[in-house]
Amino acid sequence: MEKQKQVITNRVAFLDKKVPFYTSFLGIAGILILWEIVSRIGIVSPLFLPAPSNIVITGWEMLVSGEIYGNLTASLYRIVLGYAIGAAFGILIGLILGFFRVADAIGTPIVYSIYPIPKIALLPLFILWLGIGELSKVTIIALGVFFPVVINTFSGVKSVDPMLVKAAVTFGSNRINVIRKVILPGALPMIFAGLKLAAGTSLLLLVSAEMIAAQEGIGSMVLHYGNLMITSKLMVGVLILSLLGLIFNRALRWLENKLIPWKE
Amino acid sequence: MSIVIENVEKTFIDSKKNEVTALKSINFTIHEEEFVVLVGPSGCGKSTLLNIVGGLLSPTSGSVYFDGIKENPTLGIVFQEIALFPWRTVFENVVYGLQERGASKKQQQEIGNHYIDMVGLTDFKDAYPKQLSGGMKQRAGIARALAVEPDLLLMDEPFSALDAQTRTLMQEELLTIWNRTRLSTLYVTHNIEEAVYLADRVIVLSRHPGQIKQIINIDLPKTGRNDEKYREQSSKYADEIWQLIRHDAEAALKE
Repeated sequence: MEKQKQVITNRVAFLDKKVPFYTSFLGIAGILILWEIVSRIGIVSPLFLPAPSNIVITGWEMLVSGEIYGNLTASLYRIVLGYAIGAAFGILIGLILGFFRVADAIGTPIVYSIYPIPKIALLPLFILWLGIGELSKVTIIALGVFFPVVINTFSGVKSVDPMLVKAAVTFGSNRINVIRKVILPGALPMIFAGLKLAAGTSLLLLVSAEMIAAQEGIGSMVLHYGNLMITSKLMVGVLILSLLGLIFNRALRWLENKLIPWKE
Repeated sequence: MSIVIENVEKTFIDSKKNEVTALKSINFTIHEEEFVVLVGPSGCGKSTLLNIVGGLLSPTSGSVYFDGIKENPTLGIVFQEIALFPWRTVFENVVYGLQERGASKKQQQEIGNHYIDMVGLTDFKDAYPKQLSGGMKQRAGIARALAVEPDLLLMDEPFSALDAQTRTLMQEELLTIWNRTRLSTLYVTHNIEEAVYLADRVIVLSRHPGQIKQIINIDLPKTGRNDEKYREQSSKYADEIWQLIRHDAEAALKE
């Protein structure tokens, strides 16, 4: 009788297929090249879509002339201050709401009823109360940061494994040390999720507020050049904003890895 | 010094608002340097009892007290869920209780290293729990409980989450460690062989309500119970306990 042999091959090999690392750059590079070509051969007028090379050159000129510096520092001042205030209060209030039952009962309904208001709608009110200066803009950013942070901190505290609290108490911790050594580190991953969420919100509110009521700042710069139809300078503003978002995100991720080296 | 569990009762209100008696008239004493094992089918309230003794749950009536001790007694608990702090390294977990009692850095180093060495985790003292295997995690949990040099060591099914091979090895290690420390111990398990292997006394609980069915003294030497010559006697004890539990375990299965 003839011997028959049927080799079994791995039929799910496609699941662990590897792609080289440079593949992820291909898409972006492709779009940039296509964009450059489209602008160069004049399919789209540079008034509507300036070429990437043109944007970079314009950006360099604006950097040298100091135009970017002035606007960027104005924006950075607002966002850093607003974010810091909003995050600090968010974490503090979140911890209190999460740990004390009475505070939870009183405070949580208040937080959840204000949370759905689109914060930018409150800007006219804040301008009325606090004037058109920096304070109203910083306040609106702080408020926009506060809510995602407070809600995440609150659920972070609630999600701490009660077994760990029992373990801490068994080995001699008092209430204060339970908060300091168990609740706070246990809530930290969720707090960071809130901080990252708030980073996007703060950028959005910064730009909106500056477009509505500011002389200086990247947001007002973008609006200004839009009105003048100087599209290349407008695009420089957009580029700066996206870089700002990227740096913000990276910085938070770096901080997270520093503070939570134990995370799964 | 001894630990007295006196007339402890525990009733719960269940989801249908019925009163359920989890534990009823529990009376026994854990003597100095005694290893007591609570064994029973699931739902007999053995973990509830351990939590009451550990001060993590109030009894409905009755009390637990230390007899013949002046200062506040120290407890060490090894949890079924292990419950290591994920943000602390093995060393930081082990010395947690010492820190909370205000021990000096030097003491922490000395005692911490001693017990980490005892459970064989010296090479992993700076690792985070996520980097450890299940067996290693529970060793760290045991070291944490030993490091406070407790007056009573409580262990709540500490090896139930481990695979069978690791569990056997851990039982042997636990006995070796116990022979060095000789701490008064209350150990909860549903595993009868484990109970016979470890215990000086086995307390068999029944269910509905959780009551002491029988207390069995294990008259075997504390080491080498795995030897050929004790095997027959060990299995006799195990069989005796199984006959006591069997009916309840079958009933538990039907629920």
